[in-house]
Amino acid sequence: MVLGSGPIVIGQAAEFDYAGSQACRTLKEEGLRVVLLNSNPATIMTDSEFADRVYLEPLNAEVASAILREERPQGVLPTLGGQVGLNLAVQLAEAGILDELGVALLGTAVQTIRRAEDREEFRALLGELGEPCPLSTAVRSVAGALAFAGEAGFPLVVRPAYTLGGTGSGVARNLDELGAVVAQGLVQSPVGQCLVEQYLEGWREIEFEVVRDRRDNCVAVCGMENLDPMGIHTGDSVVVAPCQTLGDREYQVLRAAAFRIVRGLGVEGACNVQFALEPRGSRYQVIEVNPRVSRSSALASKATGYPIAAVATRVALGYSLDEIAGLAGTACSEPVIDYVVAKVPRWPFDKFARADRRLGTQMKATGEVMGIDRTVEGALLKAVRSLEMGGPGLFRPELTGWSESRLREVLARPDDRRLFLLAEACRRGLGEEDLAGLTGIHPYFIRRLGLLAGMAAEVAGGDLLADAGLMRRVKRAGFADRELACLAGKTEDEVEGARLALGIKPVYKMVDTCAGEHATGAPCYYSTYEEEDEAPRGEEPSVLVIGSGPIRIGQGIEFDYCSVHAAWALREAGVRSLVINNNPETVSTDYTTSDRLFFEPVTREEVLDLVQGQAPRGVMVQFGGQTAINLASTLDRAGVRVLGTQPRDIDRAEDRASFEELLAELGVARPPGKAVRSAGEALAAAGELGYPVVVRPSYVLGGRAMEVVHDPAELEALAGEVDWSHPVLVDRFIWGREVEADAIADGEQVLVLGIMEHIEGTGIHSGDSLSVYPPRSLDRATRRRLVDLTTRLALALKVKGLVNVQYVLAGGEVLVLEANPRASRTVPLLSKVTGLAAVRVATRIALGETLAGMGLPAGLWPEPVYVAVKAPVFSWAKLPGVDTGLGPEMKSTGEVLGLDYYFAGAMARALEAAGCRLPRPGGTVAFSVADRDKVAATALAGEFARGGFELAATAGTAAALQEAGLPVRAYRKLAEGSPNLVEGIRAGDLDLVVNTLTRGKEPWRDGYQIRRAAVERGIPCFTALETAAAVLTAIRERRSGRAFPVRALQDYLQGTA
Amino acid sequence: MATGWLVLEDGTRFEGRLFGATGGARGEVVCNTGVTGYQEVLTDPVFCGQIVVLSYPVIGNLGASPENCESARPHLRGLVVRQLSEPRDNGGGSLERFLSGHGVVGLEEVDTRALVRHIRETGCLRGSITWSPEGAAEAAEESADWVDQVTTRRPYRIYGDGPRVVVLDCGLRNGMLKTLTDRYDCDLTVVPAQTAAADIMDFRPDGVLLSSGPGDAGRLGHLVGTVQDLLGRVPVFGIGLGHHLLGLALGAGTGRLKFGHRGLNHPVREVASGRVFITAQNHGYVLEENSLGKAGLEITFRSLSDGTVEGTRHRDLPVSGVDFHPQARPGPEDAVKAFEPFWNLIHR
Repeated sequence: MVLGSGPIVIGQAAEFDYAGSQACRTLKEEGLRVVLLNSNPATIMTDSEFADRVYLEPLNAEVASAILREERPQGVLPTLGGQVGLNLAVQLAEAGILDELGVALLGTAVQTIRRAEDREEFRALLGELGEPCPLSTAVRSVAGALAFAGEAGFPLVVRPAYTLGGTGSGVARNLDELGAVVAQGLVQSPVGQCLVEQYLEGWREIEFEVVRDRRDNCVAVCGMENLDPMGIHTGDSVVVAPCQTLGDREYQVLRAAAFRIVRGLGVEGACNVQFALEPRGSRYQVIEVNPRVSRSSALASKATGYPIAAVATRVALGYSLDEIAGLAGTACSEPVIDYVVAKVPRWPFDKFARADRRLGTQMKATGEVMGIDRTVEGALLKAVRSLEMGGPGLFRPELTGWSESRLREVLARPDDRRLFLLAEACRRGLGEEDLAGLTGIHPYFIRRLGLLAGMAAEVAGGDLLADAGLMRRVKRAGFADRELACLAGKTEDEVEGARLALGIKPVYKMVDTCAGEHATGAPCYYSTYEEEDEAPRGEEPSVLVIGSGPIRIGQGIEFDYCSVHAAWALREAGVRSLVINNNPETVSTDYTTSDRLFFEPVTREEVLDLVQGQAPRGVMVQFGGQTAINLASTLDRAGVRVLGTQPRDIDRAEDRASFEELLAELGVARPPGKAVRSAGEALAAAGELGYPVVVRPSYVLGGRAMEVVHDPAELEALAGEVDWSHPVLVDRFIWGREVEADAIADGEQVLVLGIMEHIEGTGIHSGDSLSVYPPRSLDRATRRRLVDLTTRLALALKVKGLVNVQYVLAGGEVLVLEANPRASRTVPLLSKVTGLAAVRVATRIALGETLAGMGLPAGLWPEPVYVAVKAPVFSWAKLPGVDTGLGPEMKSTGEVLGLDYYFAGAMARALEAAGCRLPRPGGTVAFSVADRDKVAATALAGEFARGGFELAATAGTAAALQEAGLPVRAYRKLAEGSPNLVEGIRAGDLDLVVNTLTRGKEPWRDGYQIRRAAVERGIPCFTALETAAAVLTAIRERRSGRAFPVRALQDYLQGTA
Repeated sequence: MATGWLVLEDGTRFEGRLFGATGGARGEVVCNTGVTGYQEVLTDPVFCGQIVVLSYPVIGNLGASPENCESARPHLRGLVVRQLSEPRDNGGGSLERFLSGHGVVGLEEVDTRALVRHIRETGCLRGSITWSPEGAAEAAEESADWVDQVTTRRPYRIYGDGPRVVVLDCGLRNGMLKTLTDRYDCDLTVVPAQTAAADIMDFRPDGVLLSSGPGDAGRLGHLVGTVQDLLGRVPVFGIGLGHHLLGLALGAGTGRLKFGHRGLNHPVREVASGRVFITAQNHGYVLEENSLGKAGLEITFRSLSDGTVEGTRHRDLPVSGVDFHPQARPGPEDAVKAFEPFWNLIHR
């Protein structure tokens, strides 16, 4: 049995799908029957071919125990599912169920996990081994921390025990800060424990990925160096491999220490060891270990070609490393690399403009990218353009206007822009030592940026288009055509034209674990500007799948799932699959997924070079989310054959003005709206349409900057954030129910895969809604109408592949919100629940097959008798300052699925899997709602009261409830003093908060304060009444005493549950 | 910087830019895959007379400093890298100055991966670094005795309280001495390679260590003779070339590896325990397995990559050796216990 890691949250992302799918595949290769528990439907590992029994159920001890009883596996593999899987395994072991059933815990033992995870035990072990570590103590109270500070001094770093991605961690420089951080940390730690530790400010941070087997063979897969010094979470640090500022002696000292620790712990499998190393010397301190696969092990695997998770799985089964085959020899050989990789985190601050963007010990990045090149500079440049942050590259024109004092200030208090700010500072000629002092970044790295700044100046001052020597040098250094164009004041086309005329083209080199020493079959490549091209240019037909880049809010693991399926489908169709992507966490960048993987930025330049070099039959753009779709017309114009839906048709759907025309032709209704190009036009349009309106910019990702606006003042404020270079649509906001349909079309026929209904009403992004499949409240006529509309739209848009259409149902009418002719977020989920591998079908259609040819029907795919509820998962706790109120801007980072034969059961499972702490009757539910919601809220409150809950409310809402005869505890507004709702939340008097949005997003408003207070206390807080009603459904279900049987996906699909 | 070429004897050319000492360089072209420890590699006398290609592309981050030297100076003829990265406050100046100061010719901006892959197929070739693309790929002269060029000119002693060990310096690396002194507190006398067995025995050693060194032991008949004279009189341990000398002295044969084992990641299996150690290696020759039996040698370590012999010991005599570098520097010290059998024989 494999324990997965659940939904994607900040600190725990796609790396565990990569690890878990490798584990499942390895177990199957060993001829074992695989039982999998994971609640995340967007993952590859939960595909029914990856495990014999897939349980899409909440990851808790109760569920896991039931599955253990049902399936009776011989062993449990605990170390592949991140911290969630590890914690669950420890719980199971402690509950005695493993012993009772005679189930072995495979690989690293529970005692080892405990010794590594419990700070006190770990420190004791380090003491025994004579390994240095910072002075620290574990506390269970604020008083304990304050006492320790008296002895250890400041600064101190506080880390709560057993949390994800350093949740709740922080630096304290005085007693006040210490009190605040510890209080928060104690709440966040599931065991109510915090480690308070001396803060090694400015020390280098080095990580080792080590694998050990039970015969005590040990290999160091990779040593990695963080560019950012201690104090910035490694998940938020730029990381390079191999280490750059360490000599062999320092490197070996750390490697040997890592081995001693891993041996001392008795790890059998993978382990990550983190060190702090003096800024200039070779003294070190041990910071922490993770006795499992991790984000870093995924990075190390991708950086070296050594599949840590697969090896760790075999080690857990009892193999020794020398018995496990590797790319070049056995797994008992240490990889050596002949290139440099740079990992750069992807942060969500483009979407959360109001969030605190400063970096510290608490991870904030949602994803990451990796660049590979032969030099540090080249790898960094590639990683930076893989981020898709807009702008030309490393040297950002918008920073040239910053004053030096502002630059210095932000560099000294690092935030997500620091790499760009450093580049800007280098461009201005600020000294290496100066910048090193300011940032704590080793001067070596600043010098590399300085080198690039020097070249940038040469380009700006020279004649790039005519200077072949310069062109060669800057391309070799890793500059993109686009950045060169910006520096030289030319267009990208001009630079590209001049470059190609000079015959300057990249070659592809292999990632082979052995620096070319042995011939290997590793099909993973990166581009560089050198002599020899190693990528075979096969005679066989091939197709390039464009991947989705880093995981970010609005473009998550779902699109990696789709890319992976597309690559598989190509292989099945006898076509060589080429994949281009740059996200080191994912399955699509596992070199076994495709025939050839190209680890590259997903930009026009790289894709065109690749098409040039590999001459594929065509490219697939519909599976890689917005990243790939955005390239469609560019590629088309460059003469590249796009397979499937054609770029002009994609454009017709994406550009809202032309989409409107199409709808008019089809006679389909849509909310009245206008395309506008300025703030003035927007105000006029809104006045005409009537408030509220939804403002939607074209080419959006996850609805960025999309907002429901209630009055002109709000509209004016929003207009300042909008990119006016594309038309912006102002639509009448229609209050109603939202449904969406996913369909596959071949140009002749349309198969509607499924219709999902959102639980919340319009105005909340589909990615943030609870939704249910099959829809529960649609009558047959509406359903027919939706299938008909979807079919006609797909045909009109000449879709060849996947399409997602979103609808609003209002006043008995069906209106179209948008159509996206590409794989959507819900495709993996629907594929799983229907048992129809939609991406594979779409891929084959793009290759020229038809639905009929594949024996597939048109119309709506038969809906099952079981119910699937998708619940969004948010990472609020990781993002201080972010408003948790939901709206048309997507905010969730992941999702879970609940499956049952009854709606209430599916809802309960989904909410539990999403980590929602369902309150028990007797608990208190607080209401604070907008005037327009008072009637509905009163009805809902009545339901809660009848369910045995106490009620509380803010003054206005309380009055409404009292009027309805409901007993309610009233709280004051914040400004009116005690007792107010925020105090009630902090005091732990409330168990659930329902707070619907009033207008405005200003942080000083009561609603915002209430919502953040709830996040900090870990109390569920919902901003839509429908969500709260769904929660009540789930609570009732869980109190009903009805059995809560666990069922595998296979049982549902085969009707055997 | 001037354009230069590495021209191989098979006619293949690799373009780059010259750095370091002026002039050309000729020698056998060998590849080292170590990611760390470039300066230790450069100063390893085993590379005497060779042109070394470093597969890791970024070289020079730490400049050059005396404490990273494994011998008094670099002995290689030429260095080929992808990128010579500028050094900074390393206390010892830049790598380029270090190389030019010692007459080593460098070639940077070379597609070193293509070069490594080429040599992987052809086997080690001779070649020259030249400033002219037409530069002939003349065969480098094969010195009969590289060891003579790198060995110490006179004996010296490093005092310790442990067993007395005479080290026959065939191209010694400081790390070997450091391990014997720091780890075992040996009382060391380092003697030139030409030292006769009788003179070695005059030091009344508890054991003799035959160091690693450059070239083919098969061409060092006089040294084989010296070793033969030592056998049976004192415990002997050989590393690399020293191990090969031991084997030859006992009647085993040596052979040449196509590509050589040069790097810091080579797994070897200890035959007795089955355990695998990651080792630093730097050898182009090995003892031939089928010749070991008649020499009375049994295999103690074997390469996990290609199965070749990495360590042996004699069935009766107190004699053993390894091809890898248990003392590391550069590289991992995982297999430092390979010294143990020797240590067990010499202390008390």
